[in-house]
Amino acid sequence: MIGMGGQGIRIEGLSKRYGSGDTAVLALKDVNMQVAPGEVVGLIGPSGSGKSTLLKCLGAVIDPTAGRMTLGDELIYDNGWKVRDLRALRRDKIGFVFQAPYLIPFLDVTDNVALLPMLAGVPNDEARKRALDLLTALDVQHRAQAMPAQLSGGEQQRVAIARGLVNRPPVILADEPTAPLDSQRAMAVVRILGDMARKYETAIIVVTHDEKIIPTFKRIYHIRDGVTHEEVGEGRALD
Amino acid sequence: MISLAGRDILHAWGKFIFTGVGLGLLIGVTLTMAGVYRGMVDDGKVLLDASGADLWVVQKDTLGPYAESSSLPDDLWRGIRGMPGVAQAANVTYLTMQVGQGQRDVRAMVVGITAGGPGDPGWPPQLVAGRQITRGHYEAVADLASGFRLGDELKIRRNHYRVVGLTRRMVSSGGDPMVFIPLKDAQEAQFLKDNDAILMQRRRTEANPAFNRPGVPGLLEAVIATQTSNSSVNAVLVRAQPGFAPAQVAEPIRRWKRLTVYDRPQMEGIVLGKLIATSAKQIGMFLVILALVSAAIVAFIIYTLTMDKIREIAVLKLIGTRNRTIAGMILQQALVLGLIGFVVGKISATFAAPIFPKYVLLVPEDSIAGFFALMAICVLASGVAIRMALKVDPAEAIG
Repeated sequence: MIGMGGQGIRIEGLSKRYGSGDTAVLALKDVNMQVAPGEVVGLIGPSGSGKSTLLKCLGAVIDPTAGRMTLGDELIYDNGWKVRDLRALRRDKIGFVFQAPYLIPFLDVTDNVALLPMLAGVPNDEARKRALDLLTALDVQHRAQAMPAQLSGGEQQRVAIARGLVNRPPVILADEPTAPLDSQRAMAVVRILGDMARKYETAIIVVTHDEKIIPTFKRIYHIRDGVTHEEVGEGRALD
Repeated sequence: MISLAGRDILHAWGKFIFTGVGLGLLIGVTLTMAGVYRGMVDDGKVLLDASGADLWVVQKDTLGPYAESSSLPDDLWRGIRGMPGVAQAANVTYLTMQVGQGQRDVRAMVVGITAGGPGDPGWPPQLVAGRQITRGHYEAVADLASGFRLGDELKIRRNHYRVVGLTRRMVSSGGDPMVFIPLKDAQEAQFLKDNDAILMQRRRTEANPAFNRPGVPGLLEAVIATQTSNSSVNAVLVRAQPGFAPAQVAEPIRRWKRLTVYDRPQMEGIVLGKLIATSAKQIGMFLVILALVSAAIVAFIIYTLTMDKIREIAVLKLIGTRNRTIAGMILQQALVLGLIGFVVGKISATFAAPIFPKYVLLVPEDSIAGFFALMAICVLASGVAIRMALKVDPAEAIG
């Protein structure tokens, strides 16, 4: 097992306020969430519900106004306090999978994936080996030397997942990862995320509007007006 | 760590090469402009070298013979020759004019030289073909840049001259090729009028009772003779005896002959500081404008290339790429663009220089200075793009 899940991700009483005084907007209100290593949860909600704000807080891109967040074994935020190097935190402890794959167009598939460990100081050969292992696990090893523009949408998304996993982060944030894909490919991506979560003991939070994949989650967080509600999902097995 | 800049350049090499070539042509123009200035300076020095003089004796209080007109009696050289420390003294005239050959004419500096031989002041120091002038009239030695060849017949005013010798790089400070002719011919050419003008002047003189007095035979003829002849030269070129410093020789000439005397450094100051100063400033302004245009082009290109990658930069920042890695990528691309531009510019300037009508002297120092200036411009120009890239919010990758 190469994962380093620890406690996965836990947030307690998280809130985020934009602006101040009369114009202040409370985008998140006392959000609580916990995702265990190896678990895939859904985060759903209408536009303007606070989904993006929560994702940015979880991704250490913006600072919450209050609350605690723990990633793996490390405390990230605690009511105004935060770890010093958020950039290194994002690099080492958080994997991102976007709606569009956003692969670096001038790097081939292997280097797109290997770039993260290289940025973390892993020697190039070791980083490429790690990338190839993941590409093999995701069944795109045959496109290792291809440029992103030469890949299909599904292949690009698998490469993006490999990039999200390559530094063995305790948590992966997937923002609408199936939006550009047809049903078959969308299900394939969800299956891959589930497999990877189990294999690498990674907590995965999938932000989605996609009705097709919502029944696949065992736990779902609904967010509306900055408040989350947890509910048990169908957890339907994928064929 | 892989080179992000290198990968991006390889990925979009066509864009970089074509942009670099465009920038290179601009750099080529810049280097050529610097070469034009160097050529003008060199032409000025060649003019002074060609005269073979240590001192230039000219009309008092003038900057002659190159920067201002100067007129001296042509017998003055004898007195100067007798001054202490003077090894040789020779009259010389300079006249820039159109020299005809058949249907075409060439702008040239006609130099009148005294009878003597190679090595005398004013004489062309060496020839690349033919021989020096040996006859007192109607022979010429021309510079190759004039396009004249041995045996060609030239027309200066009304007289015809045969080209007997050819020189190389004997030009005026303006880059006009020199044509050497005997002094007497040159003196005549300076004031030679057409027949109608001579006739009209004679009639005017005859009608003047002051010159056509009854009972004073020969006065009218004498006046007319002085009107149609020229006994002036532009300068006396002096070579100092060994062991005498030019300044030491110049002082008694100034004091006792009441003339203005310039030594080599002073004459260089006049030629470079007065004759080509305006042109040099003009070229300097062009160089500044070209540098600014180059900077603007590099800045625009790098800015555009960076703008095209905003999303990728946001992703790179989100996944933990250091700011200095992103800044380094943009800076390296700007420097590579500058390098391509410099290589193309240097090659284009080298091939274009001989085509220019005026002498273009490309010196390595200018190329080295140009290279470092271009690199500095690229660094500065990439600043805008780097600033913009560093402002990109990693949150943009999330949406």
